[in-house]
Amino acid sequence: MMLITDTVEPTGFEPDDAMTSGSYTRRIRAAIGGAALLVGAFSWLPGGSVNLARWVVVSILAYIALTYVVARRIESKRQATDRLATAVVTSAFLVVLLPLVSVIWTVVERGSNRFDSTFYTETMRGVFGEIEGGGYHAVVGTLVVTGLTTLMSVPFGLFAAIYLVEYSSKSSLFSRAVQALVDVMTGIPSIVAGLFAYAFFVFLDDIPVLTVLSTGVGHRSGLAGAVALTLLMTPVVIRASEEMLRLVPNELREASYALGVPKWKTIVKVVLPTAVAGILTGIVLAVARVIGETAPLLVTVGLAQDTNWNPFDGRMTTLSIFTYYQYVQPGVPPQVGQDRAWAAALSLVIIVGILFTIARILSTILKPKGLR
Amino acid sequence: MTITENPSPRATEADSSFTQPISRLGDRVFGGLSFGAAALILVALAAVAIFLFTEGLPAFTADEGEFNRSFLAYVGPLVFGTTYAAAIALLLATPVAVAVALYISHYAPRRLAKTLGYFIDLLAAIPSVVYGIWGIAVLAPILSDSLYPWLEDNAAFLPFFGPTASTSGRTMMTAGIVLAVMVLPIITAISREVFVQTPRLHQEASLALGATRWEMIRQAVLPFGRSGVISGAMLGLGRALGETMAVAIILAPANGYFWNVITNQNSNTIASNIALSFPESSGLEVNRLIASGLVLFAITFGVNAMARKISSTGFSGAD
Amino acid sequence: MTEFIYSPASAQTATVASGVAVDTRNGIEVTDLDIYYSDFLAVEGVSMTINPRSITALIGPSGCGKSTFLRSLNRMHEVIDGAYVRGSVVINGNDLYGPGVDPVAVRRKIGMVFQRPNPFPTMSIFDNVIAGYRLNSKRMRRAESEDLVEKSLKGANLWDEVKDRLDKPGSGLSGGQQQRLCIARAIATSPDVLLMDEPCSALDPISTLAIEELMLELKNEYTIVIVTHNMQQAARVSNRTGFFSIAGTGKPGNLIEMDSTEKIFSNPAQQETQDYVTGRFG
Repeated sequence: MMLITDTVEPTGFEPDDAMTSGSYTRRIRAAIGGAALLVGAFSWLPGGSVNLARWVVVSILAYIALTYVVARRIESKRQATDRLATAVVTSAFLVVLLPLVSVIWTVVERGSNRFDSTFYTETMRGVFGEIEGGGYHAVVGTLVVTGLTTLMSVPFGLFAAIYLVEYSSKSSLFSRAVQALVDVMTGIPSIVAGLFAYAFFVFLDDIPVLTVLSTGVGHRSGLAGAVALTLLMTPVVIRASEEMLRLVPNELREASYALGVPKWKTIVKVVLPTAVAGILTGIVLAVARVIGETAPLLVTVGLAQDTNWNPFDGRMTTLSIFTYYQYVQPGVPPQVGQDRAWAAALSLVIIVGILFTIARILSTILKPKGLR
Repeated sequence: MTITENPSPRATEADSSFTQPISRLGDRVFGGLSFGAAALILVALAAVAIFLFTEGLPAFTADEGEFNRSFLAYVGPLVFGTTYAAAIALLLATPVAVAVALYISHYAPRRLAKTLGYFIDLLAAIPSVVYGIWGIAVLAPILSDSLYPWLEDNAAFLPFFGPTASTSGRTMMTAGIVLAVMVLPIITAISREVFVQTPRLHQEASLALGATRWEMIRQAVLPFGRSGVISGAMLGLGRALGETMAVAIILAPANGYFWNVITNQNSNTIASNIALSFPESSGLEVNRLIASGLVLFAITFGVNAMARKISSTGFSGAD
Repeated sequence: MTEFIYSPASAQTATVASGVAVDTRNGIEVTDLDIYYSDFLAVEGVSMTINPRSITALIGPSGCGKSTFLRSLNRMHEVIDGAYVRGSVVINGNDLYGPGVDPVAVRRKIGMVFQRPNPFPTMSIFDNVIAGYRLNSKRMRRAESEDLVEKSLKGANLWDEVKDRLDKPGSGLSGGQQQRLCIARAIATSPDVLLMDEPCSALDPISTLAIEELMLELKNEYTIVIVTHNMQQAARVSNRTGFFSIAGTGKPGNLIEMDSTEKIFSNPAQQETQDYVTGRFG
């Protein structure tokens, strides 16, 4: 147990300990802020052209330093340290907001160039040069691949979570192994998941009877991509569902058993409905996580110029892959391609934003009254 | 009070119904499905290990004639690049993440705290490819304009900041900063959780003795949260090691060990290398990429295992 | 089926008039019951007769196994992994633990009310009452279910308070009302026996009183076994009382003495019983 005297300077009757603090008022803080901005301006003034980045960074640093110096003079050392900490922590928060704002602003600003109906109705078939083209096929690809992934990972994850919470005994080797492996699954790098799906389908192609799952040229298919994404999405679904199922009070299960309801009906009709809000929220968030995945899909799904609704055959494109290729291989002139890339990026960000909002709404609406 | 005995629906069951089995089919099917799903997890991960290993093996065992160097020589610079980028990201992200977590848990106005946390979580939701193109289109020019020349001028004595500063900004430093932004929400979320759980008792004891807010945090909150922060940082590290797209877009990769973070010559990361090379690869080249993926998996597995160990042993909050 | 008009007097008359037939229905005969949790013997060698249409109270200090014993009467203790019993529990000629007996079937014939009221939060009051049927997918016509809900809620003395909001969630009621809702839910399936595990310990005194009055009415129709920490409650409501105790931590619980309530509280045969009811320990 740490003693207070370890870290705080000894107190005695010094002006430091006066009950009245110095006059560190709002006005002083504002003055410091202004001074900081001024100092920041000096970081670029000599150069002549406004350098916003330098201004912001230097101003923040100046603000922090000045805060300490001024507080030290007006108040005590301890309070100055406290104010320094406050300034640092608040600045950190503001600094972190900067990239967030910048990313969203950039995506909106540059993406709106092609945020039009052409983009969402045209594909890249036969598009070159100045032809506008569009990302319709990418939207389709995202829907197909993500839909397939959700279809596979939700039952998988939900039943596994049900096993872990409702059926397994905590101490059994099997359930401890499963828990550990779910942890491992959450840590799989996305590209590795893609490599696995690729290798798996190569293996399948070598088995004659399974050529029904044959994935076409170069082992690329929407299904392979969905398998990779399932590997990434399932552990998220498991963890969220597990948490929600454990939150259901045991007394509800007991009340159901005491009425002579068999275990599986208890789970389906009592436990799941009680936990459904949290589980759905978890699923929506899991979808939001995989919908923007690119790396595993590069390896499994590839790039296509045209719309492909069939996940079992041939390449597809998703919004994420489309963004990537349009930006790094835009063709000539590059601006056209890059505009498409930003529009696709904007679409992704919008979709993720919608999913997050849906998750929030779900968790507030569906919560049964009287629980939590 | 009148109670009429209805012919209840149950009345048709004879008293011997005790011995009639109620349909156990539902229980068997449902339990079987659940068990099957759990077993499938074991199978899936075993499959991952097996397939990656069998497809990667040819590259391990290939003689030097196939490629013009051994697998070790191939993967060495990649491992270096992977760790280097992740280290930069962690170095930048962790202190800021802890500060932001502290801000939300102890400094921000109470009513706003939840919304602010929500905004930080939004950072985690943005797809990595979007971070990649933002990094190269917006951040890189800013850095190559403001920071890199300054570093080259003033800090060139350090091996990290030597000549010649990149004008495009496609450097290891830029990639590291973008990775830091991507990894920060994870560390913040876990740290925030831990800081909020600091026992009120300890905090109030501190304050009652006249400590300032910062002193209270240093005495009560930070020691309590130390293992949580570390485990959060390790989880962030795991993510940074595996991150692909942002690095693939931003870095200008070259083959070798490059310490200088502000030039255009950078070691590539394993993940980014796979992403860039895979679409055009065939034959043994593919095996080699898969083998490098296996190396990456091993590294992230180790890091995550350590994170779990720390969070399970050090989390009790004992002083 | 016969129609009874219930007041204590006529119940007695009915008993006397028809003799043995009414007496033995729904009584419980427990013989040499040992209750195990995996390897641990929690309750040892309990034998008792529980009279039909009466209230039997089980009292004793904490951890002596009375709740465990109660749960073995409807095989609820088996919900915990590795729990099992030796011995027999016979109701109406059926051994609940006989070979091939399905615990789920047993629980449909015996109702249970728990310490903390636990209405299903996702269901309305109406649905909560008939949950015993709904959850088991037993179809009932609308009129039938409405009658059953009304009857059960009236039986639980809750009808007047909730009849206008049957479609509201069950969790919106006060603690005492929730517990009566759980009682209504339990009796809606017309069980032979009603088990109550400290049903009032989470309630305020007024709600407790309401439930105790309810119990006195219910005993005319159901065999009630109640576990309670509150000796005064046992003295107030029960006809017979069983006193459980435990030799020490890690030892199994035993039934020390079982007799009419009056005798247990005024002149018990065992010294330990005397010590407990006079407050010397526990």
